[in-house]
Amino acid sequence: MLTLIFSYAMLLNGESGNPLLKIETGLIMWTITTFIVLVLVLGKFAWKPILEALHSREAEIADSLKKAEEAKKDAERMMQENKLAMDKASNETARLIAEGRAMAEQLKNDIVAKANESAKKMLDQAKDEISREKDAAMAQLRTEVAELSITVAEKILDESLDGAKQKKMVDKVLQQLQKN
Amino acid sequence: MFSWIISSEQTLSAADTARTAADTLHTASDSLAAGAHGGGAFDFNELLHHIYDAPKLELPWGYLHLPHFQLLGFEIVLTKHIVFLLFAALLLTVGLILAARSNTRNKVPKGFGNLVEILVVFIRDEIVLPNMGKGGLKYLPYLLTNFFFILVMNLLGLIPWGSSATGNINVTAGLAIIAFVMIQFSAIRAQGLGHFIAHLTGGTHWAMWPIMVPIEFLGLFIKPFALCIRLFANMTAGHIVILALIGLIFIFQNTAVGLVSVPLAVAVNLLELFVALVQAYIFTMLTSIFMGMGIQTEGHEGHEGHAQEHH
Repeated sequence: MLTLIFSYAMLLNGESGNPLLKIETGLIMWTITTFIVLVLVLGKFAWKPILEALHSREAEIADSLKKAEEAKKDAERMMQENKLAMDKASNETARLIAEGRAMAEQLKNDIVAKANESAKKMLDQAKDEISREKDAAMAQLRTEVAELSITVAEKILDESLDGAKQKKMVDKVLQQLQKN
Repeated sequence: MFSWIISSEQTLSAADTARTAADTLHTASDSLAAGAHGGGAFDFNELLHHIYDAPKLELPWGYLHLPHFQLLGFEIVLTKHIVFLLFAALLLTVGLILAARSNTRNKVPKGFGNLVEILVVFIRDEIVLPNMGKGGLKYLPYLLTNFFFILVMNLLGLIPWGSSATGNINVTAGLAIIAFVMIQFSAIRAQGLGHFIAHLTGGTHWAMWPIMVPIEFLGLFIKPFALCIRLFANMTAGHIVILALIGLIFIFQNTAVGLVSVPLAVAVNLLELFVALVQAYIFTMLTSIFMGMGIQTEGHEGHEGHAQEHH
């Protein structure tokens, strides 16, 4: 390869002698030597630490990202759980309220029913009482009338018992009774 | 396979264009310099030499001539581009070690360390992983160094009195040679030498081998050669355009031309800032793609044909 380039370059040089295309083996050697030394020195003292720092940082960043991702997943999971718990709690509350309401309704109905019942009972009692009182009053009246009749009869028997007078008296007594 | 042939032609023509452009400019500058010398006011060649390599540094107060010395029996010649090559390497070493320290110390990267990390992550996630898969990560230090080294060298050329080492074909050739070695090495390592050689047939019928093997073999060299030329041409082109725009002032011998030339040169300079980044990116990405072709054999069309051949 060297010979190829050299021969071509020599050809150019031979024709023109242009300083721009003059081949200087010394300078080529300088370049190669400098470059090799540079690769060795930089490889040990520059590229190695730079690339190592780069790799460790990249690994750290990847690790951090992974951790962040995991944390995010955890947080999401926890949020989901919280949401579920809250849903459950709110359902429970609704259920409790509904239950309470139903219970109160039941209670109210019971109370009203009981009140109605007792009112009816009291009314019935009152009615019974009244009819009883009425019956008693009637019975007493009857007794009174009977006694009165007897008294009247006694009085009449004491008087002269002529027919017309007797009739007039009985009417009078009956009239009195009706008045009473 | 056709695309490779086409790309090779493109490469050759690109090189031709670069050569022609450079030749024209050189001749033009020579005649201009002569004209300017006549006026005694300005040496245009001095301006053009800004993009040539030379054993001296341009400084605000003049030139600093660089030493050349003997070391272990080698003749060492320092030039402007070598200095900026080493300066870029030094800057990169210090800067990146500081960035590394900052990044390991701070859990959250900040400031310069953060900027470096953005680029590192970009190269890893947008260049290496899509083109090479996970198997490409072990070549990441090479590709990172490639990107940052080219980027810093490109940017140094935009600083006053600075110079892009990547504007020199020898530097880009050196980088391309390393890229070539890395591409073949990674391919052989991933699929074994036997498979690697078998791939040179392109999975075609044996009768096609006399055509396929040379094409595939040339393809191995043309890819990095294209990398070399592309980076060099791109980094030089911007400078040449700026020089041409500034040169217009001297051609017309009229300072009013500067009202047009200077804003245009500023615009080109800003464009170069963009090109500096884009070329570093393209060089790295193409290297990564070429390496990926060898590593990820399952995604390579040649391999499918190859598998059929085995049945």
